[in-house]
Amino acid sequence: MIPLEAYITLSAFLFVIGGFGFLIRRNVIVTLLSIEVMLNAVNLAFVAFNRAHAADANAVGAHTGQVFAFFGIAAAAAETAVGLAIVLSMFRLKRSVRTDEADLLKN
Amino acid sequence: MSTVANLYFYLCGFIAVCGAMIAVTAANPVRGAMGLLTMILSVAGLFLALHAQFLAAIQLIVYAGAIVVLFLFVIMLLGPSARAPRDQRGSVSRGFFSGLFVLVALVTMYLSARAAVHADPLPMADNDFGGIDAFAKSLFGEALIPFELSSALLMVAVIGAVAVARGEASKVETPAAKRLREARASFETGAAPSTGEAAE
Repeated sequence: MIPLEAYITLSAFLFVIGGFGFLIRRNVIVTLLSIEVMLNAVNLAFVAFNRAHAADANAVGAHTGQVFAFFGIAAAAAETAVGLAIVLSMFRLKRSVRTDEADLLKN
Repeated sequence: MSTVANLYFYLCGFIAVCGAMIAVTAANPVRGAMGLLTMILSVAGLFLALHAQFLAAIQLIVYAGAIVVLFLFVIMLLGPSARAPRDQRGSVSRGFFSGLFVLVALVTMYLSARAAVHADPLPMADNDFGGIDAFAKSLFGEALIPFELSSALLMVAVIGAVAVARGEASKVETPAAKRLREARASFETGAAPSTGEAAE
């Protein structure tokens, strides 16, 4: 069977892929996609840690990790809606989706 | 049984890593969204292996059903300009710091993977762990107040998204508003002399 550490390693790997994309890409849409990858990796870590303490399903706080992952999914949905609205608004203003064109607050 | 579980984990993990790499490196954002979809599906498979059946369903409904579709809507709305043209300005420092980040993370992952070789397997779980009944007991028990507050979060996000995305569209004059403005102007220019006559 798979140990907890294998899931955590996979989660870290996915998080690093997302963080690398967030750092290196200039397309705003791809940046948002990278953030989604990172949020998914964090959810995987939450669920894996909760599974390591899954002896009693009816104990108080038995599903805390899964509840955290649930709220993480809700936050990701809200973040995507607002982020894509900002992308549309920026495209209307600048006719571009590059991150270095977004300099309205510069200077 | 054990080898099947191992094979399932490695298959899902491999597909998830491939999907994440496609999502991050694709030049075409539509391909990137498809890579994200692949990753979401395989992470949902891993949730099933981790006794989180309800979360796997939520992952499919919310992520694959709503978020990826929202991404695709925006990419289609932007059309060909969703592909930002490449240029090389500042890519040396960008690449250097990203490489540093990946290097540090790889060392951490190596330590974690080395610990995984000799680690004990996960303990047996209750049969109803992660099902809707047990999960709802936690969600509506100790996490009731955050659950209610998350509805406020989603409401604020919806209102904020509508307010931000409307943008300049409200400044464009609709035909009805134009007729109203012209009628008001003609009424004022027409009414001013008539009141003057009435005063005389």
